[in-house]
Amino acid sequence: MTIAPTSDRQPQDTLTGSQWRAALPWLIAFALLLALPFVFRSSSAITVMNQMAITVIFALSYNMLLGQGGMLSFGHAVYMGLGGFFAVHVMNTLLVPLPLLPLFGGLFGLIFAIIVGAFSTRRAGTVFAMISLGVGELVAASSIIIVSFFGGEAGVKGDRTEAPAFLGINFASQTQVYYLIAAWMFLSALAMYLFTRTPAGRMANAVRDNEERAEFLGYSQRTVRFMSFCAAGFFAGIAGALIAINFEILTEENLNLTSSGVILLVTFLGGVGFFIGPIVGAVAFTLLQSVLSLQTDLWQLYVGLLFLLAVMFFPGGLTGVLAMHGPAWRHGKLGLLTVPYLKLTAVVVTGILAAACFLEILFHVRHASVGENTMRLFKLTIDTHAVWPWLATGGVALICLALANRLAPDVKAAWDAANLPAKGSARR
Amino acid sequence: MELIAITLFDGLVMGLLLFMLSSGLTLIFSMMGVLNFAHASFYMLGAYFGFQISQSIGFWPALVIAPIIVGIAGALVERYGLRRVHKYGHVPELIFTFGLALVIEEFVNFVWGRDQKPFQEPDSLHFALFHLHGYAFPAYKVFMIFVAVGIFLVLLTILTRTRIGLVIQAALSHPETVQNLGHNVPLVFMGVFGVGTALAGLAGVIAGPALGTFPGMAFLLGSIVFVTIVVGGLGSLWGALIASLLIGWLQTFAASYNLRFADILTALGFTRPLRIADSVFRDLWTLTLPQIGPILPYFVMVLVLAIRPQGLFGKREL
Repeated sequence: MTIAPTSDRQPQDTLTGSQWRAALPWLIAFALLLALPFVFRSSSAITVMNQMAITVIFALSYNMLLGQGGMLSFGHAVYMGLGGFFAVHVMNTLLVPLPLLPLFGGLFGLIFAIIVGAFSTRRAGTVFAMISLGVGELVAASSIIIVSFFGGEAGVKGDRTEAPAFLGINFASQTQVYYLIAAWMFLSALAMYLFTRTPAGRMANAVRDNEERAEFLGYSQRTVRFMSFCAAGFFAGIAGALIAINFEILTEENLNLTSSGVILLVTFLGGVGFFIGPIVGAVAFTLLQSVLSLQTDLWQLYVGLLFLLAVMFFPGGLTGVLAMHGPAWRHGKLGLLTVPYLKLTAVVVTGILAAACFLEILFHVRHASVGENTMRLFKLTIDTHAVWPWLATGGVALICLALANRLAPDVKAAWDAANLPAKGSARR
Repeated sequence: MELIAITLFDGLVMGLLLFMLSSGLTLIFSMMGVLNFAHASFYMLGAYFGFQISQSIGFWPALVIAPIIVGIAGALVERYGLRRVHKYGHVPELIFTFGLALVIEEFVNFVWGRDQKPFQEPDSLHFALFHLHGYAFPAYKVFMIFVAVGIFLVLLTILTRTRIGLVIQAALSHPETVQNLGHNVPLVFMGVFGVGTALAGLAGVIAGPALGTFPGMAFLLGSIVFVTIVVGGLGSLWGALIASLLIGWLQTFAASYNLRFADILTALGFTRPLRIADSVFRDLWTLTLPQIGPILPYFVMVLVLAIRPQGLFGKREL
């Protein structure tokens, strides 16, 4: 860990002309965000993209705590929800143009983060996790009671088109909202990335890795955590205000424990070790959710199982898995892995599909109305009370499991071969 | 007066039920340093298994068999899930149990559906044991009290009077040393996890008929159990007992005393605004104690964590 020897808490401008390589991904992302509505024109696609962008901001802000600061929070949705509720109220005053609204949401999230952070950032680890859980439950329960601010169970509604027009735009169409959200996402992501390059962001990493040592260097672990916590609260508030703009309603669901849990899942699936991890997680999860929830009633079971398997086998998340292949890539030996990977992927995908079909048939038999014996599965009509669908799906799943077990040593051997020279010659 | 007696009784039942969950959880927590988010899910599994078994062979066999099944399931989860994740550190472990809670809830939805199950107490306990000022004390609740007190005494005896208990206590604070002395610490962990989840399962079988058997029952109790072990202090059986009773009474008293905030505000010299619907503070005037009852435990927990992170009876911080 390198720490800038200059005075701490001084934000440095690291994005100079000589570092255009660092700016390249951002330029690509910018162009991509501009082009996406021309590629995916349907309104459902834009709805999904809007949700994706909001989740990206929220997940990135969550990773400021979990990945960069080492603080496991079970109540991060509180700051998003509070920022969103405040933004709806600001929107309903009809005084603020819509593009400035996220600033108000962010500031409200920041204020609340300052209050909570003042007593919760003293320790990391389980104490912090438990305080965040308690605060999360407190706020979620209060949101039902305090009707004047949270609107009770019905929530608070708004109408974005009645806000003062901005440069003649009234944000009635989905595409206009998309560009608004995309612009805020780009700015927030950039700001959060730059935060990781400041001494404050670096010290957050140092405190995460070894708080005692950071204290010996003269930094207060509490202050360092507090700064990360406040920044995370601010960006969560921005995400909340964008929810207010996009959905025009906020309810208790936006700040309860379930939302906090989902964002933990999203961030972890993407990978907490890299800045881009939460972005990957948010995109993948939103896609998965919108596809699966249309296709099956069991999608939450699948997502839960996926999550469990991910924690057990890929604790680095999606980006962690990709990054594992860095050494093999640098040695030009990635080709060794292709064939074993293809074999394993084919087997695993077939097995998962078969197991899912088995579960779907089982679910149909248990919960369909009496006398309804047929179901449609991947354009096939299946008699659920016959024996063969059970045998076929269950059998294929078991065979694939056995095959995967057989293939595992091959993959392991190929992996070792691909990484062999990495031991002596590689720098890291 | 009779309201106090009845509330004391109900709070005692609630608190002891919480204790059955928190006693296992506090041991697991202090031993592995992991908050088992799925603990209340094992309690729910106990209720559903108990329901299923009691449908075919009756309540009393279910009371024995269901906790054993849950305990075995818990031990398997520790052996093949948690132990695997353990090497990655505490956060992935926590996240693992969090995901497990999700999966167990979806599993229950999958197998038993979303509606409440008609899980009834056995006929032999379906009568009023005694009456007080016209309020009938159900025999089943007294039975719950006896089971919980029995568990407490057995656990206390095992932990303080037997050799296994001494090994467990030593492994709580110095697992490496205990391992070096030749004890099989992973086996101890698995055993404690199994027994802890079995206790949660037992609590589920007992609570199922009293509080209802439905997929939300784990979520309802899950966070409250954390409150009790955090407030009580890590690894302290007495702490878990006292905190459970405290939280139980706090909730039942808040639920049964209809204290209105308007009265307090009036007593303090404020006047009620005439147009209450327009006032910003209208919620302050319409608030009642039963309304804020559910958030009181969390308030207590945040207070305890901010002021005394080791809990009331804990010897070390979380």
